[in-house]
Amino acid sequence: MNDTKLETINYSLYYGKFRALKDISIKIPKNKVTALIGPSGCGKSTFLRSFNRMNDLIPGVHTEGSVLIDGEDIFKVDPVALRQNVGMVFQKPNPFPKSIFENIAYGPRVTGLKDHHKLEEIVERSLRSAALWDEVKDNLGKSGLDLSGGQQQRMCIARALAVEPTVILMDEPAASLDPIATLKIEDLIHELSANYTIVIVTHNMQQAGRVADFTAFFYTDESRTGQLVEFDETKKIFTSPRDRRTEDYITGRFG
Amino acid sequence: MSGRMIADKVVKYILFASAIISIIIVLAIGFFIFRESIDAWTEIGVSEMLFKTVWRPGIDQYGILAMIAGSLSVTFGAILLGVPLALGCAIFLAEIAPEGVQAVVRPAVQLLAGIPSVVYGLFGMVILVPLIRNIDVPGNSGYGLLAASIVLAVMILPTIASIAEDAIRAVPENYRHGSLALGATKWQTITRVILPAGKSGIIAGVILGVGRALGETMAMIMVIGNSAIMPRPLSSNPLTFFLSQARTLTGNIAVEINYATGIHESALFATGVVLFGLIIVVNASARWIIRSQKYVEKAN
Repeated sequence: MNDTKLETINYSLYYGKFRALKDISIKIPKNKVTALIGPSGCGKSTFLRSFNRMNDLIPGVHTEGSVLIDGEDIFKVDPVALRQNVGMVFQKPNPFPKSIFENIAYGPRVTGLKDHHKLEEIVERSLRSAALWDEVKDNLGKSGLDLSGGQQQRMCIARALAVEPTVILMDEPAASLDPIATLKIEDLIHELSANYTIVIVTHNMQQAGRVADFTAFFYTDESRTGQLVEFDETKKIFTSPRDRRTEDYITGRFG
Repeated sequence: MSGRMIADKVVKYILFASAIISIIIVLAIGFFIFRESIDAWTEIGVSEMLFKTVWRPGIDQYGILAMIAGSLSVTFGAILLGVPLALGCAIFLAEIAPEGVQAVVRPAVQLLAGIPSVVYGLFGMVILVPLIRNIDVPGNSGYGLLAASIVLAVMILPTIASIAEDAIRAVPENYRHGSLALGATKWQTITRVILPAGKSGIIAGVILGVGRALGETMAMIMVIGNSAIMPRPLSSNPLTFFLSQARTLTGNIAVEINYATGIHESALFATGVVLFGLIIVVNASARWIIRSQKYVEKAN
């Protein structure tokens, strides 16, 4: 089996008294793509945000159990340092109202890097890794908001890469994109998985099938409490799921 | 046509008329102030009035430059003191304070806007002026730009703070999340993303504060000393500029209009025209900036 990068043990999350996630234990392997799938409201996005502690921003959230990165409890790590190690790409591209260059340089700058040459290097390397360099190299001063939706999303990926994380969380990164832009993002995810541990939430079964090495199926019943039903290699989940609910979901019987 | 549709038409015209009436009132005020000032502009001369510093109606000297300088200086002082305070308030309310604290602080700040001008004046006279008088500089009476700037800073605080808070709140949540997810601290997120993104709204708030400051009358009369002189440093230390007495454009009108006649009265209306012009420029620029902000948001 692969090395484990991220792990949760009996992890539960509450919004006030409402239990949104129940007893989730999972081992997410290193430098692989893991997809989180499941019907709307099953808590997969919430679960994703647990790994960079973005749920901390919501008042009234508390958790039980533990979340580990490289075996270390993330709640004992400073969230600012954690988020430099665990990057995130959001559902809707969210470039800052700044130039392309400044968007990418933002992360390194907040960690204190001032050297312009180094920043230029990082910007180029990050944009190349995100397969965007050739399209924007002559227009780095242009506002990030002027790019197309797909380019904006790749810029947001480049922006996350610039901080040199080891993990990238993606919350339905192609949900607002057209099929061609989606394909580019998927190719990119595939390339990045050589060097990064990627966890991606997706509603799109085919997408999970195309990009993910491993797939976790989340499910919720009337209680609206999300739980992990099944986690395995994507092939197995799609061809021979162990749980009836997984099979119903991936064959499109609900959700 | 049915009765309902007639009623609909009638209401429409009544509302239209209300809008027109308010425009007519503004134009009428502008027109009459300007008409009353024509004698002064023609007999004294435009440049004589705008660029001469001596205002002595007794010997027919009507230069209002000293009052323009007074108004601008006290406004500058109020902005210098008031903007950081207001911005701090706005950031605290929009980004940091938990809801319970907001529920106490926000009404308290808004309450400042409701305190009558004359009460601010009293506060200035009784508290600030005696304190400032303790600064040991010859010619310092306590009344002057410093006292007036402090009073004015507090008076414009609610205007700027509430507009700046709205501007900060209008910054899309995904900028905040994007920045935090990159490992920026809350403070870095505020200074590097949120404030730049809300910049136009904040500047518009400051400009509206300037407009409010230029128009303030009663509190200024009570604490600024009202000497119709160019403000100047009292000693070799340039900071003593703020201990200088001064007179504002508004104060000039309010202090003298009761007994002024003839060309003197007309010169006071001319002071009003200058004030009117300044306020129009200030409001127009605020509008222009707010509109350019809307454009940016749409582009997003």
